[in-house]
Amino acid sequence: MKTLSIIESAYRATIEEQDDTIVWLHGAMKGAGADLTVLLRGNAVNYLVQRQDAAGLAFGDWRQTQPPTIASDLAALAAKGVDICYVAEDLSDRGIERNELINGAQPVVRQSVAEFVGRYGRVWYW
Amino acid sequence: MPRYLLIESRDPFDSNDTGFCRDLATQLAAAKNEVTLFLVQNGVLPARSGAHSGDLTKLAGAGIRVLADSFSLRERGIDEKRLASGVAAAPLDVVIDALSEGAKVIWH
Amino acid sequence: MADKKTITIAIMDAPYESGRSTTTLRLIEIAAKRGYNINVFAYEGAVLQPFSAQKPHPNAVHGRSVEEENHFIPKDAIAALMRSAEQNGGKIDWVNCGLCVDERGAVDAIPGVRRGSPADFWQLAEASDNTLVIATR
Repeated sequence: MKTLSIIESAYRATIEEQDDTIVWLHGAMKGAGADLTVLLRGNAVNYLVQRQDAAGLAFGDWRQTQPPTIASDLAALAAKGVDICYVAEDLSDRGIERNELINGAQPVVRQSVAEFVGRYGRVWYW
Repeated sequence: MPRYLLIESRDPFDSNDTGFCRDLATQLAAAKNEVTLFLVQNGVLPARSGAHSGDLTKLAGAGIRVLADSFSLRERGIDEKRLASGVAAAPLDVVIDALSEGAKVIWH
Repeated sequence: MADKKTITIAIMDAPYESGRSTTTLRLIEIAAKRGYNINVFAYEGAVLQPFSAQKPHPNAVHGRSVEEENHFIPKDAIAALMRSAEQNGGKIDWVNCGLCVDERGAVDAIPGVRRGSPADFWQLAEASDNTLVIATR
């Protein structure tokens, strides 16, 4: 069934997990044949910003060698055929310019979210 | 008619994102969907007549069924007989009913 | 009895961290009493909900012994819900996300819990009448 995942939670345990676990989950499900669309809202729209850089953390002599690369992960999801969308006003509210984003992300205006939700047989909220 | 159950677990005193469910419910109802907003956990806190209960009353006026989990109300000492206008107490069974009847159920 | 349904619930919270965990168990209780088949996909901290090493403790602030305190222990509640589902003609299929188990060392779970992956969540959802995601914050 066509499924819409609305992702709001952002930067929760992403350093520890070295991923956003929900973006990761969707990559894994897509690999298993899932029919998914992602709608980023709230702070999660920041995940589309290409310039994110979480590299360089160290704790004593332990160094993090695989920091999260969430924008790239979303681009990879898109390349696998997952539509990556975002709530347009949530982006502008945060002062993010569209030219900062990964290619291919599609805006959905806030007033259209209900209509967008209605297109899917199943809606999950993360 | 498509059915939606929006479960609101957050409250407007602690979160500034309760507008998401409020706005989604309004849009869905305007598009002639059958919409229920089910308040649970701290989501029931605005169900007392007070600073934020007007939003719930307004939703009820727009044809949205606004329910508050009876246990969550009792847990917080909120009298079911003194809820804001348009809000009714209901058991959590409402969620399982909605799932079993094929409604789209979204937890916020 | 209501028609038997199959529902899938995805959860993410570790025990003792959020009211979401209690609400989840309340939902499962209702579905179990109806004899539904209930799939639970436990992701992230939720893999600790059925962790078999959980132990009750006394409560010195209230002056209660272990027995008197009768502390809520999630694994016991889950086991009881599994029994309830079976008694009513249903079943709980609890799937712990394997990588989440590994990174948390939550390998030992109560009987009836199996290790799985995101593919399982998708397959369970596809095979269900409906799915509810209760994400963490």
